[in-house]
Amino acid sequence: MRLLESGNHLVAHAANAAGVEVVPAYPITPQTQVIEMIADLIDAGKMDAEYIPVESEHSACAALVSASLTGARAFSATSSHGLAYMHEMLHYAAGVRVPVVIVNVNRALGPGWNIWCDHQDSISQRDTGWLQVYVASHQEAVDTVFQAYRITEDHSVLLPLLLNMDAFVLSHTYMDAEVPEREEVEKYLPGYVPKWKLDPRMPVTHGSVVYPSDFSETRQSMQIGHEHARGLIKKATAEFRDMFGRWHGEMVETYRAEDADQLIIAMGSLAAESKVAVDMMREQGKAVGLLRIRFFRPFPIEELRAECEGREDIMVIDRDYSYGNEGALFTEVKAALYGKCSTPAKGIVVGIGGRDVTYELIAELAEKSRKGELEEVTWGDSQMTSSHAVTLECLDEFKKILEHPGKSN
Amino acid sequence: MVTLKSLPEEELFLAGSTACAGCPSSLALRTAFKALGSNTILVVVASCTSVLQGSYPLSAINLPLMNVAFATGGASASGIVAAIEALAKRGEFEEKPNVLVWAGDGGTYDIGIQALSGAAERETDFIYVCYNNEMYSNTGTQRSGATPLGAWTTTTPGGKAQHRKDIAQIMIAHRIPYVATASLAYPLDFYNKMMKAKTIRGTKYIEMLAPCPPGWKFPSSKTIEVSRLAVQSGMWLLYENENGETKFTGGTKNIIEGKVKKKPVKEYLEMQGRFKQALASPEGEEAEVLLEEQVSDSIKRLHGFIPEYF
Amino acid sequence: MSDNNKLDYMTSMSKPGKGCAGDTGEWRVFRPVKDDEKCNNCLICWVYCPEACIEKEGQVIDYQYCKGCGICAEECPTGAITMVKEVKEEKR
Repeated sequence: MRLLESGNHLVAHAANAAGVEVVPAYPITPQTQVIEMIADLIDAGKMDAEYIPVESEHSACAALVSASLTGARAFSATSSHGLAYMHEMLHYAAGVRVPVVIVNVNRALGPGWNIWCDHQDSISQRDTGWLQVYVASHQEAVDTVFQAYRITEDHSVLLPLLLNMDAFVLSHTYMDAEVPEREEVEKYLPGYVPKWKLDPRMPVTHGSVVYPSDFSETRQSMQIGHEHARGLIKKATAEFRDMFGRWHGEMVETYRAEDADQLIIAMGSLAAESKVAVDMMREQGKAVGLLRIRFFRPFPIEELRAECEGREDIMVIDRDYSYGNEGALFTEVKAALYGKCSTPAKGIVVGIGGRDVTYELIAELAEKSRKGELEEVTWGDSQMTSSHAVTLECLDEFKKILEHPGKSN
Repeated sequence: MVTLKSLPEEELFLAGSTACAGCPSSLALRTAFKALGSNTILVVVASCTSVLQGSYPLSAINLPLMNVAFATGGASASGIVAAIEALAKRGEFEEKPNVLVWAGDGGTYDIGIQALSGAAERETDFIYVCYNNEMYSNTGTQRSGATPLGAWTTTTPGGKAQHRKDIAQIMIAHRIPYVATASLAYPLDFYNKMMKAKTIRGTKYIEMLAPCPPGWKFPSSKTIEVSRLAVQSGMWLLYENENGETKFTGGTKNIIEGKVKKKPVKEYLEMQGRFKQALASPEGEEAEVLLEEQVSDSIKRLHGFIPEYF
Repeated sequence: MSDNNKLDYMTSMSKPGKGCAGDTGEWRVFRPVKDDEKCNNCLICWVYCPEACIEKEGQVIDYQYCKGCGICAEECPTGAITMVKEVKEEKR
């Protein structure tokens, strides 16, 4: 069915078409409409799933994990602080090896309360063992829900997946997208068949004390799961294209990269924005291309090495800080290229807390990068605003109080 | 009428576990399993029970068991119950399994209260047993919200200065269909309560006092005696609350009906090394009085008034 | 990495069985000894054993796993069970 809907609503429809069976749900801006739509669909008899209106995101993830371990296909959505609140359970989910999917609407973390887009939330969960994918369009969001389960539920993977989509840019804007019916999707994604589950027919204890002599292997196997995921990602995306005729790339997506002397590397909606920058620069005769990273975990090491080889310049866009260092994606890209590809790379950090990033800005920075005018890291667009002036005033006033401690007001 | 003879013989808790000698949790598990049987999915919240069940790859518990994070007892149960519904729709069960959460007081009173409260408010169909040893036993006997006034723990070395919470009463306020307390010294009472909980739809909360020999500092042979004295002194009230109505059971019922004389709280405290310091201190007598007062207060809240024999 | 394919899915699944902590009978300092003449088969020892070490039928004590906690002796109403100092036999 063709729908004109918000990204959030589309993802809810996709979850329905994916045959999810259990949805622990907790609201958080800007994800809330995902779980509201699911509640509506269930209430209207259009979706057959158990809805658990949990009392926190930590509980949402706990319920997700236990539901999946009991044999049901489980789904949830969150954002920002909600994802952060789940952090302990994200580790747990990956360790229990359950193929759950969480749609994370990328949003900044406070304090101050900022509901707009950046990637700090998901980047901060890099090391939990979850697969991570970043979508750049409404249709891709829909299609990736199906691909996600196809990949995670394979018995060689069985790891959870975080499906990231940018706050407001994707979650709240309305676009038309094709959402196939469950019957169609079922040919691509049949019902969940677990490798094992909690079942009175086979009493087994999971997750008790594991000594150092045995623990490493359980973690090494998660690493191996990621390695298998690489092949599954190729397979799942190719099969999807064959069955539904739509292609969004596999581990990465390239745009006008074949003859490019410069590559812009980005994730999420800024990558979509970068396509416009690429087109603009191409019109000016500059051979720029885009490498859009879809899967951040497992990280597309081979794809990066292959694509960056022979280029003259790389510019990596981060919508996050890895404080004390640089943008996280930038570090990971350089690490993948280290010793294998000597193309100089520059990193920019922009769009923090939802600050708008235009294709003009991207093109401007890419232009500077081409000319070697960029520092290794460009801390995008920080500026002293009139609001910040107020903070400085407050600090000044407090300083005066400290200097006269005994003074009453 | 259930008698010891009529209790099922099958053991789902298997001998040779890593539990301490005289452990109240292992005994309570044994009895609970007899009531629920093998068509049960067990969730063990981080606690001593996470460890006493044995370490990988061996287990002392002959049931499908998921060990879960400390704060997640109620939430983990919610996920399992929902999945059982989903699988039942697909025709996967002849009989839906019982879902039992086993948590300590830490995972119930403190870090787990949110998840338990949420699960109860959602009328989740499961049994939650809190085995309450009035401290964080597994990490080496630190205080919890369940630690009584005057008790020594490693984080209240001078004796706890505050009264404990009463989660059973909080659960009654959730208006769930069944809330009960239990004591190891009254095994048939506990068994009957588990059997009743099994038949009720909704959230069932049962709290078992679990005197811990190393934590409370008494010889391992006295676990049952301490459990008994807790009830006989009124420090632990045995009751069940069904749809808002409270009835006293077992030893507590006997005291209220005048069949057995209530013992002074002091006798209960003197059995345990964890109160030795409090009793010997200048505040000792005051602590005793406060605890006796709390006994009266607890029974008053539940009963409406303080019965003659209390 | 030759064992990798066996590690494809390695998580911590434990099988239930007696003696997961080994022969816990070795923990004992005192062992419960039952005088069958005094025993009236009331089943109190069976119901109170925290280790499921006493059989319901005949109240036979499993010394391989009995930790010697002493609850059975403490609770036995007829005094049929006494705790006796464990004599460690030579194993070799």
